[in-house]
Amino acid sequence: MLQLEAVEVCYGSFKALKGVSMQVGAGELVVLLGANGAGKTTLFNTISGLLKPTAGRVTLEGQRIDGLKPSRLVGAGVVQCAEGRKLFPQMSVQENLSLGAYLHRRDREGNRRNLREVYALFPILEQKKDEPAGSLSGGQQQMVAIGRALMSRPRLLMLDEPSLGLAPLVVNQMFEVITRINRSGTSVLLAEQNAFAALKIAHRAYVIEGGSLVMEGDQQAMLGNEAVRKAYIGA
Amino acid sequence: MRRFASLFTHPAARWVLLALALGFPFVASSEYQVYVMATAFIWAIAVYGLNIITGYCGQLNLAHGGFFAVGAYALAILTSDHGWNFWPAFLAAGLVSAALGAAVGVVSLRLKEHYFAIFTLCVGFIIYLLIDKWEALTHGAIGIRGIAAPDGFGLVDFSQTRPFYYLALGFLVLAIWFAGRLASSLLGRTFMAIRNGDALAQSLGIDLMRNKVLAFVLSTTYAGVAGALYASMIRFIGPEEANPNHTFDMITYLLIGGFGTLFGPLAGTVGVVWITQSLQFLEDYRMVIFGPLIVVLVIFMPRGVVGTFLGWKLRKDAEAARADARPGVDGMSGTEVKPHA
Repeated sequence: MLQLEAVEVCYGSFKALKGVSMQVGAGELVVLLGANGAGKTTLFNTISGLLKPTAGRVTLEGQRIDGLKPSRLVGAGVVQCAEGRKLFPQMSVQENLSLGAYLHRRDREGNRRNLREVYALFPILEQKKDEPAGSLSGGQQQMVAIGRALMSRPRLLMLDEPSLGLAPLVVNQMFEVITRINRSGTSVLLAEQNAFAALKIAHRAYVIEGGSLVMEGDQQAMLGNEAVRKAYIGA
Repeated sequence: MRRFASLFTHPAARWVLLALALGFPFVASSEYQVYVMATAFIWAIAVYGLNIITGYCGQLNLAHGGFFAVGAYALAILTSDHGWNFWPAFLAAGLVSAALGAAVGVVSLRLKEHYFAIFTLCVGFIIYLLIDKWEALTHGAIGIRGIAAPDGFGLVDFSQTRPFYYLALGFLVLAIWFAGRLASSLLGRTFMAIRNGDALAQSLGIDLMRNKVLAFVLSTTYAGVAGALYASMIRFIGPEEANPNHTFDMITYLLIGGFGTLFGPLAGTVGVVWITQSLQFLEDYRMVIFGPLIVVLVIFMPRGVVGTFLGWKLRKDAEAARADARPGVDGMSGTEVKPHA
């Protein structure tokens, strides 16, 4: 579905991505492991069109998408849920969610249906729908961020560190929801530092280090890999 | 205290405010006071425009005073030099400011943050220079006199101060009503999404350029309409109307009232206009009082009078809501937490 071929991205003279080639198949849940500064967010921003690659190509179902405007890419179903739960703190939960449906604003019936699905996924959000998003706990804010991304009707959902700063109990719940989203047919690309939890729900994984992909494998291979265990799981 | 504060946010408060405005000419001690209030209303309309692009959409536009002058000059030139009636000229003044806003917006909004502010500062200055030097069109430093007052009807004569006061009030109410509708609409939330960050807005699928230009055009239309009203009240205008200082006056009004709030532009403009009026007897020394006052406001009320008040009330309400809730229930209640997922 999504394919990257030798993608390079530079910030000035600094090369942040050095020839990254990877793919995400339809319905797949792919995890991207890497330390801080390895290039995870750069890679995400490149796929979502916020950054333009200096070399290489990005294709979505065979169509070239690098260089397209981010708003076009959201329309094509490539939706990013940014790191740090960037909500609109002064707007209510429901207003935040409705902004996710921005491109589908004319399809009110479809949006109502999607909103019901998001509330079914996160029942607490329905109880808090009129409260300002800034007043919610960290876990609930992450739910709003994911819910808002789902309202954009993604075919490929990119989640950047959704477990960052959440309590362990909430992290488990978050990964459970991500699995459910994936099972309903949405491809998921998940960047995580919480490698063990992420690998448990993943089909495949890549490891990124210093702007290059250094390892690739399916769930079992990655969980069993000594280097991965040492570097990212700590066992 | 909280209950007292609720009086201001109660829906009926705006009707009380309107009633006060309607009654003001009857309690004002002189016609001059009515005149000052009408001027304040006109500036407030322009500040509502600035609030759209700068308050809601987050783009600091320093050409706003220039578009105010464009509206004023469009009306002046059409009525005084070309003999148009007031209302068609008024409509044209709004359209000219909107069209010029679109042209400037398409170019300037390619720049971000302070680069945009610097660019628009130049645009404002260019408008000033054009008005000052393009004598064939604007009569240069001589200015334009004999500008038409709004055409009245029946016994209503808008060249009189009191009827004009009500006309300005009518447009102000219209301006606030539209701003309120905008702020609560998806379009308003789109602007606020852009203010929160370009990248975030884009990742929701928002077309940045189109929405920024739209916000810019709406704001220059407000400025043009206010400028046209101003010209028809003063009946004589000169290049000074385009002085970039007016932009900074309006930013001061908005800063004191509160960026991105519905009643900030009104509170800031009317408040500051009357404070400056009451310090008039100090002549230039009034800045000795006014300057520190602004510094204190910015330090202790960075979100302006209205913004700080709303923030304070939101906190108090949240505290009260927490006090009402059962103790020991945290925010996660009601979610299905599955520890062994």
